[in-house]
Amino acid sequence: MSADLALLAQLYRRAAFGANSSELDAASAAGYKNTVEKLLAGLTEPDSRTPDVPHLTSAEALNRGHGGNSWDEYTNLVAWWVEKMATTPTPLREKLTLLLHGQFPTGFDKVGVPIYMHAQNEIFRTQGGGPFDELTHALSVDPAMLTWLDLSSNQRQSPNENFGRELMERFTMGIGNYSQRDVREASRALTGWSLSYPQGKFQFNTWAHDFGEKTLLGHRGNLAGQDVVRIVTHTEASYRWIPARMWSFLAYPVRPSDPIVSDLAPGYASDLNMTNLLRAIFTHPAFESTAARQGLVKQPIEWVAGIMRALNLRAESFKKQGGAGYLLWVLTNLGQIPFNPPTVGGWGQNGYWLSTAASLAQLNFVQSVTQVANLSVIEETAGPSRVAVLGEMLGIDSWTPRTDALLQHVRDDFTQLVPLALVAPETITN
Amino acid sequence: MAREIDRRTFLAGALTVGAAGAVPRSLRPATTRPRVRADGANKASSAVKDGTLVLVTLYGGNDGLNTVVPIGDPAYEQQRGNVAIAEDKALSLGNGFALNPAMPGFKAAWEAGQLAIVRGVSYPNPSLSHFQSMDIWWSASTTGDESAGWLGRWLDRSGNDVLQACSIGPQVIPAMAGNRRTAAALQDTTQPQGQLPQADPHFLAFYHELQRPAPGDSALVNAAAQAGQDMLKVSKDAANAMRTQRPPVYPSDVGDLGTQLGVVSELIRAGLPTTAYAVSQGGYDTHSGELATQNANLAQLDTAISAFLASIAGSPRGRSTTVVIYTEFGRRVQPNGSDGTDHGTANNVMVLGPAVHGGLYGDAPSLTKLDENGNMIYTTDFRSVYATVLEGVLGFESKPVLGKAYPTLGFV
Repeated sequence: MSADLALLAQLYRRAAFGANSSELDAASAAGYKNTVEKLLAGLTEPDSRTPDVPHLTSAEALNRGHGGNSWDEYTNLVAWWVEKMATTPTPLREKLTLLLHGQFPTGFDKVGVPIYMHAQNEIFRTQGGGPFDELTHALSVDPAMLTWLDLSSNQRQSPNENFGRELMERFTMGIGNYSQRDVREASRALTGWSLSYPQGKFQFNTWAHDFGEKTLLGHRGNLAGQDVVRIVTHTEASYRWIPARMWSFLAYPVRPSDPIVSDLAPGYASDLNMTNLLRAIFTHPAFESTAARQGLVKQPIEWVAGIMRALNLRAESFKKQGGAGYLLWVLTNLGQIPFNPPTVGGWGQNGYWLSTAASLAQLNFVQSVTQVANLSVIEETAGPSRVAVLGEMLGIDSWTPRTDALLQHVRDDFTQLVPLALVAPETITN
Repeated sequence: MAREIDRRTFLAGALTVGAAGAVPRSLRPATTRPRVRADGANKASSAVKDGTLVLVTLYGGNDGLNTVVPIGDPAYEQQRGNVAIAEDKALSLGNGFALNPAMPGFKAAWEAGQLAIVRGVSYPNPSLSHFQSMDIWWSASTTGDESAGWLGRWLDRSGNDVLQACSIGPQVIPAMAGNRRTAAALQDTTQPQGQLPQADPHFLAFYHELQRPAPGDSALVNAAAQAGQDMLKVSKDAANAMRTQRPPVYPSDVGDLGTQLGVVSELIRAGLPTTAYAVSQGGYDTHSGELATQNANLAQLDTAISAFLASIAGSPRGRSTTVVIYTEFGRRVQPNGSDGTDHGTANNVMVLGPAVHGGLYGDAPSLTKLDENGNMIYTTDFRSVYATVLEGVLGFESKPVLGKAYPTLGFV
């Protein structure tokens, strides 16, 4: 594969869930910059609305005790999202939705209301490409977050610090840029943000809000919750933290002090626009570097959705294995459960995903994939080029000599060729 | 390929025979187990014990004040208000302290002299961040400069068996990731997710060949490959060990932590060479509605740990197994307005097992002389706990691992 195609393949692995050879040929004809613009344009195109959102019981019905089976609804929601990643015509939007879920985690284990998880997911999808301060505000007054970090019970008599701390530490600024006093003052200003019962909508409880003077990061006044969000998203620390997080997700892990972040921060600070930040990342010269090319291990959700996309699989394809429940089981074994990140820090990166248990889960999943996938395209290609065709389907720009030699050796036996290609170290990494 | 696996298995066996053969039989005391292990790793010369460690991480910051309750201190009820444990419900230890009502199994261990409680454990300038504090606990370093875990650094110095340490779950706990080596990660070995697929043996041989690290490949590609190769060995060794029929002694209805400990119980009773296991339980970040949430969590912990210790009591490795329970920080002395508590500092570390010298260790922090954030001031450096575990359980000199000699505490 030419350097040009290799870079496009990398772009599609990072900004999407991989691309097959016909998509890469089209991208090559359009050129790199136009391809970046096409992917970015997908952030604002109308959503395909497929697959259909599964039935989700309203919060009010759940609160009144007339719910359906929340676990089933949650399982179907997981399968719906993975399938959306595998089929969407605007893959950067689903990728950004996934990355933002890791940036603003909330978990079904504590939130308990599937429709809240879906509503938050739609905020990532519809507002993810817009201004980051508005996105942060939308997520802060959303029921999933209000529940997950206890904001809904934050009252002036003795404020609850959970949301105020994580808002600064994880979501917007990074540790070391605020004091315990700032945590306390932010939490005071955020008092009164709550949820109505039983409707489960945001409401401001005047009686619970602290109207006194507060000082947050040098800003003094009768600050309210929206002031907190505005102040923390417009700090020098946040101008570095958000570009550092996004670069780490899409190229290779960096700290906010990294020189790359110095390149990205001024542009980001000028408008806080996430689409422009993504453009700056994909067109930064270091995105083409060896460090970026070799910089990431696929998150398990990316790996599963990428395989499903390449081989045209749906949740229904795994009907015999259990359908939606099977996909959730696979992702659980791989260690990345959608709508249930382990902590408010989301998931780790790279080495975090590499373990003997994860390798075993991969090996077991690709056995099922081989059983259910339609492999006629590969079947039609005989001889040595079959291995390359399989790589092109998977968005792998080139197999290493070791992998190529081994796959050539087994190329006539699909029960060996396909699962081995799917768990090759270069397929697991990115 | 398959031959490579066979060669490694053969080598491991050869080393055992060779090492045992190196010492004339007459010079070996009949009752002492050989100090040289199957993986060929010799332990530090300061080895005093040949035990097995089970490290239990409680995520979220368990409230130590409501776990080991300072019931005799009038400041406790005054400060804690409606998040206080009622004195008549708490399980008295008879020394001014009492266990949370959900912990009858720990109370029984206490009475048997097999529960040690180290109080006031933390480090200088404690962090109120879950992540920074857990990084400090995992790395045993407060400077942020150490990326390897404390047990990872022990692994780096302890031979080459990938089963030397096992982290239960999909990921390896960072405490067990070293610079050179990392722990194996195992899922439930009695279920499909913990077992190799039913596949043609050629397929697994090809897989092994595919996962061969190569000099020209990137560090991450090679790390992915190494995990794959290690997985084959781990899965086969675990499957072989589990093949021996043992009566199932571990109850099945003990929650997620119980499931993890059930795997550890099986592996310990199967005689795996592993000497350090890691399991975890989440849900301790009780900013709201603490009493009910913590009660449910501690009840699960109590049931799971008690069943675990009972299940391994009769096995040789079980008799030298020690459970160490820690969390990233304690919680604020005064509750917040959500009937919960915010992030705090000093906390208890609980240690259980037949080799433990039960009792209270470390001074209890004051509930009235607090730091500027209303948090307790620690009395015991957490690295003293680690030094005690390294030397007393793993039989390993602690200074090279911890970078400094910390006083040991004598609980094991």
